[in-house]
Amino acid sequence: MKKLLVVLLTVLMCLTLGACGSKEGSSDEAGSVYYLNFKPEADEAWKNLAAAYTAETGVKVEVVTAASGTYEETLMSEIGKSSAPTLFQVNGPIGLANWKDYCYDLSGTDFYSNLTSEAFALKENGEALAVAYLTESYGLICNKTLLAQAGYTVEDIKSFADLKRVAEDITARSAELGFAAFTSAGMDGSSDWRFKTHLANLPLYFEYQADGVGSKTELTGAYLDNYRAIWDLYINNSTCEPAALSGKTGDDSRNEFLNGQAVFFQNGSWEYNNLNGTYGDDELQMLPIYVGAGDEANQGLCTGTENYICVNKEASAANVQATLDFLNWLVTSEKGTTALANDMGFVIPFKNAVESPNLFVKQDNAYTAEGKTPVSWNFTTMPSESWKNEVGTALTNYAANQTDDNWAIVVDKFVNNWAAEYAMK
Amino acid sequence: MEKKNKIVDTILVICLLLLAAAYVYPILMIVINSFKAESAISTGTIFQLPTKETFVGIANFIKALTLNGFFKSFMYSLVITITSVGAILVFCSMCAWYIVRVKSKFSKFLYYLFVFSMVVPFQMVMFTLSQTADQLGLNTPFNIFIIYLGFGAGLAVFMFTGFMASVPLEIEEASMIDGCNPIQTFFLVVFPILKPTMISVGILEAMWVWNDFLLPNLVLDIKKYRTIPMLIQYFKGSYGKVEMGPMMASIVLTVIPIIIVYIIGQKYIIKGVASGAVKG
Amino acid sequence: MEKEIKKWGPVFYIPTFLAFIIGFIVPFFEGLYLSLCKFTTVKNAKFIGFSNFIYALKDETFVNAFIFTLKYAIVAIVLINVIAFVLALLLTRKLKFTNFFRTIFFMPNLIGGVVLGYIWQILINCFLTIISKPLLALNATAGYWGLVVLMCWQQIGYMMIIYIAGLQNISEEVLEAAKIDGANSWQTLWKVKIPMVMSSFTICMFLTLTNSFKLFDQNLALTAGQPFHQTEMLAYNIYDTFYFRSGPQWKGYGQAKAVIFCILVVIISFAQLKASKDKEMQ
Repeated sequence: MKKLLVVLLTVLMCLTLGACGSKEGSSDEAGSVYYLNFKPEADEAWKNLAAAYTAETGVKVEVVTAASGTYEETLMSEIGKSSAPTLFQVNGPIGLANWKDYCYDLSGTDFYSNLTSEAFALKENGEALAVAYLTESYGLICNKTLLAQAGYTVEDIKSFADLKRVAEDITARSAELGFAAFTSAGMDGSSDWRFKTHLANLPLYFEYQADGVGSKTELTGAYLDNYRAIWDLYINNSTCEPAALSGKTGDDSRNEFLNGQAVFFQNGSWEYNNLNGTYGDDELQMLPIYVGAGDEANQGLCTGTENYICVNKEASAANVQATLDFLNWLVTSEKGTTALANDMGFVIPFKNAVESPNLFVKQDNAYTAEGKTPVSWNFTTMPSESWKNEVGTALTNYAANQTDDNWAIVVDKFVNNWAAEYAMK
Repeated sequence: MEKKNKIVDTILVICLLLLAAAYVYPILMIVINSFKAESAISTGTIFQLPTKETFVGIANFIKALTLNGFFKSFMYSLVITITSVGAILVFCSMCAWYIVRVKSKFSKFLYYLFVFSMVVPFQMVMFTLSQTADQLGLNTPFNIFIIYLGFGAGLAVFMFTGFMASVPLEIEEASMIDGCNPIQTFFLVVFPILKPTMISVGILEAMWVWNDFLLPNLVLDIKKYRTIPMLIQYFKGSYGKVEMGPMMASIVLTVIPIIIVYIIGQKYIIKGVASGAVKG
Repeated sequence: MEKEIKKWGPVFYIPTFLAFIIGFIVPFFEGLYLSLCKFTTVKNAKFIGFSNFIYALKDETFVNAFIFTLKYAIVAIVLINVIAFVLALLLTRKLKFTNFFRTIFFMPNLIGGVVLGYIWQILINCFLTIISKPLLALNATAGYWGLVVLMCWQQIGYMMIIYIAGLQNISEEVLEAAKIDGANSWQTLWKVKIPMVMSSFTICMFLTLTNSFKLFDQNLALTAGQPFHQTEMLAYNIYDTFYFRSGPQWKGYGQAKAVIFCILVVIISFAQLKASKDKEMQ
């Protein structure tokens, strides 16, 4: 009797536990889309767009945004699940290396044929595994009002020498003017990518240009002196002491710019929505980042992408098709293209793209129309986050104590770590 | 003697007050900044009290509360925390009692297995846990407590066995002699004695579950469910922009229920201990 | 009685054990297997043998992380336990505001995660600026002590509660008896109170030990291993290997590191547990 009770009770308890764990079957024969989005700021706009698509076609589109800094781990865990993302993104050739086993060959799809240039696809063995879905630009965002107060206009800045002259003059008169040349070049994790990645793109770009290549496994570091020159300029003509930079955040830098404490702010077109509440379009100009290399008279903004979209080939055929249809709708339909341009502020490299209301994008187009060559985003070939972090720390270290020895550490990390990381691949 | 003691006590109280002030300071900073405008929260100004220009009242709180699905997420977090902590307290204390009272190779083995699980870093199982949970369908706020029970069992069993060793055997024996079976003995006799321990274990586990970001992010069906810690992360953008104001406000909001629970629980700790002393 | 309970045993341990199998045992063994694989996700793992371990053991940052973790753990365990015990003694003395203090000291436990690290980072950087020393990102010593202070601040309250529970379990009669025997308060502390709270002590020691070794969130938020991996603890080092490198081989290296980490922590914590259990028996 007792034994029976024991058995009964045990079974009962297991059942209570088990009952909660019953699996819900989901068989979408029509196919559905599950997009794992990278940009938290565009989360809501994506969800609205997905709802609009569902309303129009009846196909279910789910958008999930990974929290900032957790995309890779979220993707890793999601893609192994029974209902895996059908649409995800990688940040370039380096990121693709991890995920190429999961990437559907997009060449030959309608979506792919709408691309303005095949250069926006990442190819391997003739297969288009990832396609850029937006391009962005960055440069030196300039507060024209403050610049005028200092007695200059944007026309006065056409080269690194000009920039240096203007910045150093502002610093010399900063007490009288009440503002500094550059916002703090913060090296906190929320801001250091502007320098260890985006600024570091320039020496990389000029080295690639000089050799006429698109990637290298070993660098000469030929343009690192230019990197040092621009970094010196940033940190010594800033709102704060160079030694305090390591603690400054991205928000600090933005707030300084918004509060009119500095003229120049190195950042990208994505910042437009954060700035246009305070400044009118006629007050802002994005300038190319001159470092004293290459043909400065014809240098444009840094324009490129690190947002490549991939379709999960492990998904069911119906889901892959639904995803391809959705992508095609995104870049061809009026609703899709307008939402991408207006609600999300993206510039998409597709034929039907709607012109973006983003001022910096317009300025980028203007530069290109004038015949200037955009600087491409070569930082997508940087070997790893770890490489970037070490360069970043070396830069911070140098900022606190600007000696040749400390710069030698930056050069060492830049050149030798690069080779070491590529050797490990 | 009395007088001297009083002086010592006063000095101690003053010391403790100073320490308490230092303790509260960082938390106070979060509260203060949750009332400030976005642009006024930066490394240079974080210590400043809100001024006329930077004080935004409850705007940050409103932004946090009106955030897509704040209330829903709050409920999910609440359900997960209550079910998980409830399951952990009941099942783990039962398991711990078995381990303490039955001296066999198996119970020893169980004990060391649980203790072992405490020292394993989450990184070790994080890739595989989400797969296992997915295969079993344990990915909703209503059954994720099974995962928490499994993953949190180590700590709970360890703590219960630690305290249970000091529970006198005689009362249990008396109850068994009176004709109670082990289930009755456990729930009628042992369970009440364990109350203070329950509450300290409960608080620890509740804190863990309530604040946990990584486990639900990996295990839950994130297409449908987001917990509060997951939601808070959405104040961070992809280009390093953090909406500090609403973020601080939502942290304040999420801490409030825990403080309330803690204050209520604390009363019970004292009560429970008092009754325990009478019986002991 | 033991026999009776044994008969009913399954009712007591099966639910926990079952969940434990799902939530821990299965993922753990799968994780063990993954450490022998090259993989991007669990599904496409390819068995490659022990080469991940060879790499992991050769990795200097991993060895450094182990030394840093050890240095941190020793100091943090001692500080947290001593301070928490002293506070517990004070707060069982029937002082004024006892409940208020208990709540305050416990409060840091109520807030988890990264924002706390952020606030502390600003606090410590501010302090470093005042004494004109390099800031956290360049200052491994400050990073080390910053972590110690942050963790003391967070964990003391938690341990204090456990000690209080232990102290309150000592019956009044025992203390009365000690008083009648003429013991002064110092003697009561060493001869009565401390031996009586040995089980709390074992628990706290073990908790602080495992917490110290597994420390991750605060490490990430406060120093993120800066400068140059010098303030990197084991868990963070594994995380770094998982996500800050590119190429599928790194996941395997990281998993191998996690296995080595497990073995290390198991050896250390069981040695410690045994030592304090032996003390408890005396």
